[in-house]
Amino acid sequence: MAEAVLKSKKRSSSGIFNTKWEPLIYLAPFLIGVIIFTLYPFFNIILISFKEGYRQMTGAFQSFGFDNYVHIFTDPYFINALKNTAMYVGFVVPISTALSLFFANLLNQKIKGIGIFQTAFFLPMVTSVTAIGLVWKLMFNDRIGVINAMLGLFGVERIEWLLDPAMNIWALIIYGIWNMMPFTIIILLSGLQNIDPLYYTAAKVDGASSRKQFFRITVPLLAPTIGLTCIINMISASKVFGELFPLFSGRPGTAYNLFTMVYYIYYEFNVARHLGYAAAASIILFIIVFVFTMIQLYVQRRWRYY
Amino acid sequence: MRFHFDIKKFFVYFFLILGALIMIFPFYWMIVNSLKTAQDMTAYPPTWVPSNWFNFDNYIEAFNKAPFGIYFINSVIVTISCVIITTFTTILGAFAFSRLKFKGRDLIFSLMLGLMMVPFEMLVITNYTTVAKLGLIDTLAVLILPFTSSIFYTYILRNFFLSIPDSLYYSARIDGASNWKYLWRIMVPIAKPSLMTITLLNAITCWNSFFWTLLVINNDVNRTLPYGLYAFMTEGGSDTKLMMAAATFTVLPMIILFLFARKYIVNGVARGGLKG
Repeated sequence: MAEAVLKSKKRSSSGIFNTKWEPLIYLAPFLIGVIIFTLYPFFNIILISFKEGYRQMTGAFQSFGFDNYVHIFTDPYFINALKNTAMYVGFVVPISTALSLFFANLLNQKIKGIGIFQTAFFLPMVTSVTAIGLVWKLMFNDRIGVINAMLGLFGVERIEWLLDPAMNIWALIIYGIWNMMPFTIIILLSGLQNIDPLYYTAAKVDGASSRKQFFRITVPLLAPTIGLTCIINMISASKVFGELFPLFSGRPGTAYNLFTMVYYIYYEFNVARHLGYAAAASIILFIIVFVFTMIQLYVQRRWRYY
Repeated sequence: MRFHFDIKKFFVYFFLILGALIMIFPFYWMIVNSLKTAQDMTAYPPTWVPSNWFNFDNYIEAFNKAPFGIYFINSVIVTISCVIITTFTTILGAFAFSRLKFKGRDLIFSLMLGLMMVPFEMLVITNYTTVAKLGLIDTLAVLILPFTSSIFYTYILRNFFLSIPDSLYYSARIDGASNWKYLWRIMVPIAKPSLMTITLLNAITCWNSFFWTLLVINNDVNRTLPYGLYAFMTEGGSDTKLMMAAATFTVLPMIILFLFARKYIVNGVARGGLKG
């Protein structure tokens, strides 16, 4: 009915508005940006990854094939990047999720000064990893750093976090956990707040202890949210990059031992100027993110049944 | 029973305060060290407070050594331009995807959602070539141009637009309002909270952006704060207290923004916001 009235009105207006081209005016500004800076580069990078000896500005290349992929999988730097990224994801995601679950649960209690606590827990989320990374660099300093000073109180000997290649990744992981916690706490907290309080009332009536309530009600009902945050965090942890710059002055670790996936892409593209290798590594990164995203969609779909 | 209750509360506060102190500590440490003198810095174990809380020498010296004022202005220009343009394209795009009917709408939208999982890191090689061909390398425009459209924010706003009842649209149209008028006079004001969230998340991401800046900016006068800070570290020697002053200056605007708009930011993130 209303649509019929609108149709009869269409003739009265003029110009491109109110014609079948009207949607294009609204879409164009958005679509142009997406096409030039996302859609086109996405397909282009797939092509580049198969071009050997690709030249950036001319677009010239020597041959078409899997050479770039063969190269990166035999390149010790790339293998190193895969290992470090896996280790970073494997430590940072579970530890930050467990700690976040603990603190989200506390923040969900009836407490005074919730605003102050929220500010303290969430502040790291809005600050640049480069700037705060410089503070962590100072804190990790083996001679004057506050972390070694604190550990010293417990009798731990001086650790060369940023100088000893074997310790480099642990410094990155500790910094990464701190960085990831605010986001994770917020998502888990909003999940907790969505749990129907009736469950807890019923449990209290039945005399369940708060420990039992946590493991029998909170954890199972929150499981889909926990799964979801884990996967989002796995995706963002796979892209760890900016954290390296302040900690190791722009190098991937003390002895080129701490490559990550994105650092490898950056290195091959911007330092070594092997665009084909950088492109092939980008595709591998995409496949990893793609797999995680598919798992995320699967988890989200299952979530609906709860 | 009563005693048991208090013990529980005590532990809740104990762990919350402990956790909060650890999370906030790097910020405290940054500010404290930015106020320390050269003599304070050499102390071990490090001193917890500076000898003089009002020693701003490090800030003055950092500003004398590198043009942090210019970096700041660049960051402000880039962030504001980015936010204004992105918000504009987002509003128009979200309106088309939610309210207008046209052929292939749902197909295009699904394609956009698919593109959302493409990491930006994967696109930099081609995007670098594109902006280089446009002759934009080492200008402020290059820090804005690739980020004028956001699929993610358009997706959030479209979902909000979809929740606005159809009847509102039809009665406005029957009263003679064009789509354009309806969008700006009715939909946008209703969507203010969502727009606020999008704007804030976008501003934070823009301000902290580092990877792309690292690739496309060389000249001192075009650096933004995070990159200027990093360059200061690699070029300006390693005087830690100066770096702490510069780092404080870099994160301060975002801290202030967070203190004033915490609710919007936290709500936005809870809905899946802030992509790394």
